[in-house]
Amino acid sequence: MLYSEVVMDHFMNPRNVGTIADADGVGEVGNAKCGDIMRIYLKIKNDVIEDVKFETFGCGSAIASSSMATEMIKGKPLSQALTLTNKAVAEALDGLPAHKLHCSVLAEEAIKNAIKNYYDKNGIEYNEEQFKESAHEHGHCDI
Amino acid sequence: MKIYADNAATTKMSKTAIQAMLPYMEEIFGNPSSLYSIGQTAAEAVFKARESIAECLGCMPAEIYFTSGGSESDNQAIRSAAEFGAKKNKKHIISTAFEHHAVLHTLKKLQKEGFEVTLLDVNENGIVNPEQVEQAIRPDTCLVTVMYANNEIGTIQPIAKIGEICRAKKVTFHTDAVQAVGHIPVNVKNDNVDMLSISAHKFHGPKGVGVLYVRKGIYLSNLIEGGSQERGKRGGTENVPGIVAAAAALKEAVSDLPESSQKLVPLRDKLIDGLLAIPHSVLNGDKEQRLPGNVNICFEGIEGESLLLLLDAKGISASSGSACTSGSLDPSHVLLAIGRPHEIAHGSLRLSLSDENTEEEIDYIIQEVKNVVNYLRNMSPVWRDLQEGKKNYVIQ
Ligand SMILES: Cc1ncc(COP(=O)(O)O)c(C=O)c1O
Repeated sequence: MLYSEVVMDHFMNPRNVGTIADADGVGEVGNAKCGDIMRIYLKIKNDVIEDVKFETFGCGSAIASSSMATEMIKGKPLSQALTLTNKAVAEALDGLPAHKLHCSVLAEEAIKNAIKNYYDKNGIEYNEEQFKESAHEHGHCDI
Repeated sequence: MKIYADNAATTKMSKTAIQAMLPYMEEIFGNPSSLYSIGQTAAEAVFKARESIAECLGCMPAEIYFTSGGSESDNQAIRSAAEFGAKKNKKHIISTAFEHHAVLHTLKKLQKEGFEVTLLDVNENGIVNPEQVEQAIRPDTCLVTVMYANNEIGTIQPIAKIGEICRAKKVTFHTDAVQAVGHIPVNVKNDNVDMLSISAHKFHGPKGVGVLYVRKGIYLSNLIEGGSQERGKRGGTENVPGIVAAAAALKEAVSDLPESSQKLVPLRDKLIDGLLAIPHSVLNGDKEQRLPGNVNICFEGIEGESLLLLLDAKGISASSGSACTSGSLDPSHVLLAIGRPHEIAHGSLRLSLSDENTEEEIDYIIQEVKNVVNYLRNMSPVWRDLQEGKKNYVIQ
């Protein structure tokens, strides 16, 4: 099989699919030309992620990565969500095929983008370094 | 329900083909080059298979070469014509943008070796115009290679006309007929072809058996050096069971042809019409000039791999041209060649039918594809933006 059981479970029964109408932060990464886009919606209260939803256009591993990543940050303080790595997402999924690892990168970046969007909207100061894109693993599609 | 709808990828072996090959794995396992009787009986079987295949294609048995498959046949045909051309300082080759990679990658390699390659545009309907070929031919053109029918979008090319042009201009003409033979009538004489590739697993024969037709008088060189098998043009002990089964499968496919396409075409058209009822979908490739079993449609706002996985969960085996399914970075070169933008090409679905598929299965496929496309669109940020008017639909 191409995918692990955990990936298939999160793909077939994705958690947290949808939108949040009055989201406090929205982040989007990817490019339709490359075949995947992830959009993350956050509801934040007292620096804690109260709710999170996602929409994804992409392959099985992109949908599963979104589902897993949103599960991993739900109910967590922002400081903790910011430490979520693509590696942790991939590990939680019991591994991804090598050519699909960029999907977990997208999930990490979509979450960071959403948090950054929340900080920007609310004039909260942050360290730019935290939001640097991991370009090296991201460059799977050069359009 | 379990529905196999990926016959362009490979087919289930026919009972006839399986029965035909069994004796050559059991009692008649001899090497055709051996002198004792089980060897010679095997040689006789290869001889008969060659005759039978020649009859199906309309050529002489001496013009048939057995190979390991469609890819090897393509490689050998193109390499031979290039080698012959180079001897006369003719190093220009004409092909099309949507050939199988067995052709395209061979041409790419030849380019590195100093050949010039012209890849013709295949137009929005996925059909090459014979005039394009005529205009592209130069004094130094040594080969024209144009596929008979495309493996992804099923469009059938005007091979006889292209062959006529090449014959008149004295340019060697090869066609990759892997998707055509056994599915539509093919006759190498009527079609004016010099070389033609076929592959047994595409017409209910075994995998790993191919044929290269080479017209008498056309230069052929070896890819595989070895013994004197195949008149010295392809070394290696013959795949006797495979060859016998390939011949049986082809004979059966060709004799069933009028009947099977009469059954398939209405099923195909019903499936196309049913799927095009899904909003913002488009058929890839000409509707008329297409293989009897091929359906290929793009759905805007979704990605093909997730579509395939969900259809698999519903028991439907199909294929897609999305980058994720090709294992490469780009979506299908065929869909890009007919002008589909990247984001649309990612959302393609190919269903390729055989005459085992039923009308009931077609109804089921239509229903399930509708459900799955809706489901994926509902979680797609691209679809949301289209629906909310933030982006314009590419497919109306
Ligand atoms: C058009 C075309 N050419 C060549 C091939 C390669 O054939 P084979 O798998 O027998 O090498 C295929 C099958 O994948 C094909 O569809």
